[in-house]
Amino acid sequence: MMQSLLSILIWLPIAGGFAVLALGTHRAKEARWLALAVAVATFIVSIPLLTGYDAAAGTMQFIEQHRWIAAINANYHLGVDGISVALIVLTTFVTVLVVLGAWDSVHDKVNQYLAAFLVLEGLMVGVFCALDALLFYVFFEGMLIPMFIIIGIWGGPRRVYATLKFFLYTFFGSIFMLVGLIWLYMQSNSWELSQLAALKLTLTQQSWLFFAFLVAFAVKVPMWPVHTWLPDAHVEAPTGGSVILAAIMLKIGGYGFLRFSLPITPDASQHFAWLLIALSLIAVIYIGFVALVQEDMKKLIAYSSVSHMGFVTLGIFIALALVRVSGNKDAAYLGVSGAMVQMISHGFVSGAMFSCIGVIYDRMHTRMIKDYGGVVNTMPWYAAFVVFFAMANCGLPGTSGFVGEFMVILASFQSNFWIAALAAFTLIIGAAYTLWLVKRVIWGEVTNDHVAKLKDIDAREALVLGAFAAMTLLFGIWPEPLTHLMDASVKHIVDQLLVVKAG
Amino acid sequence: MSFSIQDLQLILPEAFLLFAICAVIAVDLVIKPAQRDATHWLSIGVVVATLLLVIIDRSADARGFSGMFVHDAVARLLKVFILLVTIAVFVYARTYLKDRKLFVGEFHMLVLFAVLGMMLLVSAGSLVMIYVGLELLTLSSYALVALNRDSPLSSEAAMKYFVLGALASGILLYGMSMIYGATGTLDLQKIHAVASLAAGSSHQTLLAFGLVFLVAGIGFKFGAAPFHMWLPDVYQGSPTAVTTFIGSAPKIAAFGMAWRLLDGALGGLHPHWGEMLAVLAVLSLAIGNVVAIAQTNLKRMLAYSTISHVGFLLLGLANGTPSGYAAAMFYAIAYAIMSAAAFGSIQLLARAGFEAEEIDDFKGLNQRNPWYAFVVLLVMASLAGIPPLFGFFAKLLVLKAALDAGMLWLAIVAIVFAIVGAFYYLRVIKVMYFDPPETKDTLALPQDIPLRWVLSINGAALLFLGLFFGPLLSWCYRAMGAG
Repeated sequence: MMQSLLSILIWLPIAGGFAVLALGTHRAKEARWLALAVAVATFIVSIPLLTGYDAAAGTMQFIEQHRWIAAINANYHLGVDGISVALIVLTTFVTVLVVLGAWDSVHDKVNQYLAAFLVLEGLMVGVFCALDALLFYVFFEGMLIPMFIIIGIWGGPRRVYATLKFFLYTFFGSIFMLVGLIWLYMQSNSWELSQLAALKLTLTQQSWLFFAFLVAFAVKVPMWPVHTWLPDAHVEAPTGGSVILAAIMLKIGGYGFLRFSLPITPDASQHFAWLLIALSLIAVIYIGFVALVQEDMKKLIAYSSVSHMGFVTLGIFIALALVRVSGNKDAAYLGVSGAMVQMISHGFVSGAMFSCIGVIYDRMHTRMIKDYGGVVNTMPWYAAFVVFFAMANCGLPGTSGFVGEFMVILASFQSNFWIAALAAFTLIIGAAYTLWLVKRVIWGEVTNDHVAKLKDIDAREALVLGAFAAMTLLFGIWPEPLTHLMDASVKHIVDQLLVVKAG
Repeated sequence: MSFSIQDLQLILPEAFLLFAICAVIAVDLVIKPAQRDATHWLSIGVVVATLLLVIIDRSADARGFSGMFVHDAVARLLKVFILLVTIAVFVYARTYLKDRKLFVGEFHMLVLFAVLGMMLLVSAGSLVMIYVGLELLTLSSYALVALNRDSPLSSEAAMKYFVLGALASGILLYGMSMIYGATGTLDLQKIHAVASLAAGSSHQTLLAFGLVFLVAGIGFKFGAAPFHMWLPDVYQGSPTAVTTFIGSAPKIAAFGMAWRLLDGALGGLHPHWGEMLAVLAVLSLAIGNVVAIAQTNLKRMLAYSTISHVGFLLLGLANGTPSGYAAAMFYAIAYAIMSAAAFGSIQLLARAGFEAEEIDDFKGLNQRNPWYAFVVLLVMASLAGIPPLFGFFAKLLVLKAALDAGMLWLAIVAIVFAIVGAFYYLRVIKVMYFDPPETKDTLALPQDIPLRWVLSINGAALLFLGLFFGPLLSWCYRAMGAG
């Protein structure tokens, strides 16, 4: 069982998804319970990952390796390090909440909706544990179809436009990566990530590869200026789709940088670190301002996601600048750790924010800020949650949002005062747009009859939001387990950055 | 010319097929129209039996009839898939043709003769054999296109196909005559020996001219741009059952022909034809993918999609190495299987008086029948080249072949057009899943159990072969002698 734990984590939700699909559109109740059972089972199966992973070693563990396609040397090779474990558990955890969150809010083709999420869960776990580049690519691209359908069927009025845009943007990005991977395969005759990382490449070759990877992962993260699909996709996606998109799918971009760009093209990554840092800062600041003027709640949170993900890429590439230029390994380590903590934290916070919007959207069927006001009067419990998550979104100390941003800013200071100052400046913008949103939606007098008739959250919704809140608080006060889990793995990545491959 | 008993053993499957066709004709003559099902199942039986004969034949590679007929691993592999796809074509056609009163013996005879032509074509060892096989295939196809003789569209398509096809055959023959003039032999193997030596000699010009004509002829048979003009009209004008056939198995045979001619006979001229194929590939990718976007008729859209897939296939062929040929062969097989499923699903939805060939006819299919919507989803995603489906891996191998040959820019052009292509396949998924159906009633599917099962298997195979394409790929590599 322990030897094939990762395979179970991938294939259990996929098989469960098909089972839910097979129930047919008319047995909604059975579909819900079965999907919940599968999601909970997957989450439980993912617990041994946390307990069984030897964090001190920081190596790839739970390895599974089988021949997949002998003719092209592709392997079914799975394994996890601390980073993957954290992201996998995040995935299984959030999926349970998504299934719960859809309980009363989705009524149309319930079985297909839940099946799509379960299949998606399996594919995302696959992305996080694939150690074979071809296998990674298959999972990476395979995610597109369920997400395409989720947005397209259960989305808002402009869902078709949004989902096509989402699909084509991501497809466009990843297919360049495919060419890069095939080229790498021809150089090394292997798809193994470790072998690709060990390959000697000139700076020119690395630069080409770096940009091939960059297109793929920058679209996924998304980085400015290829972020425009995200607000559309988020706005039109159903609540569950937004949650998964923000909480996990965006993380795959950051994960890709750590797994592909840094180990395979370290010299080019360093060479172009200034570019990535600049793009990250633009995302952090400019998109922060863009978020400020949004009138649609979901769009506001979507832009805030782009801004927060800017911290992730900033942390990763500031580490590169640090470690190569000044040899400051501790600061580099801080930067990558900060990026990782930020990813996990953003998974909880953005997932929670989108769930919050979903809760209120289910009642009012509008996402426009101007349609709300004084929600606290009718939904006090709900308001409490929203305010809490808003604080986390601003990066208030004591919430998980603070830890990652603080670490990244701290690392930036050691590189360049102005980068750090600009990054820190966004904490103010972040606070501005988030608190202003809260002010307009939650506080004040009840502005209209619809708000006056609102009912507070029920037990199920409280459970979902409470779970998110607990995690946000836990890692805000006590991030130690999380950083400990990823410590050795992050160190390993930083060590790899020092290896000069060119020449 | 004399031949021995060994020669006859080599063509046992073809000989069996020929005699069996005659028997089917005889049976079809005596039965009543109401018993036409007998012809149908007998035809399928004949194909299955031929397939078994091909499979159980474990004899070593050999050349028979003084080198006219080649028996090798490539021929066997191609024949297996030609026959498999043909079985699906027959099964899909039954209800569709019955609904249109086209369920006649001629359909079966013509398809079977075309299959015989394809089998000879992929086993051809001389220019004459290539021509004979090709004409047997195309003449049967012309007649098939005109099967619905009362339809003006069908007749027009047949006429176009015939005139342009005859022209292409003429071009091909002209090229062959030049090759013959330059080398003095019709035997592909001997041409290979002489043509390779001829580099730098005075025959070089003549050979090069012959080569250009051959490539044009091959381009036409494939439907590669700029020789693609017949293809959309023929695909749209033919009864869908016929389109299913023309659009699937003959692509495998066309690959066999191109490989025998270009590698088998003119391998020494690869620097020349490699470039020509690269140009054809780029044009096909561009025209196929871009024009497909504008189509509202699904059959026509799939026709343009064929053109773009041919572009991919040629990219593998242009590489000129065994692994490139293996990739192209894999692509041809993958395409034939996908194409059969795509046209098969059109036939599934078609009813008497309703062709289901407009993209809008698929509106809301997911609400009316989730399973077949899922099958079409698999087909479209596979055609678009999205992992983990079969079509993705076919594209992957071709891209690898292109990069192997140092054609980086070609590979990038190919993927850019693959992105363009993804759009129109997604549009089909979009209408099925996101649009409301035009009628509320559940879908009245034909009570044709074989059709439903074979189509379901065909769709599921795209997923299965995507996850486990290793054996088929190894088979292709082994057949081509690639590492």
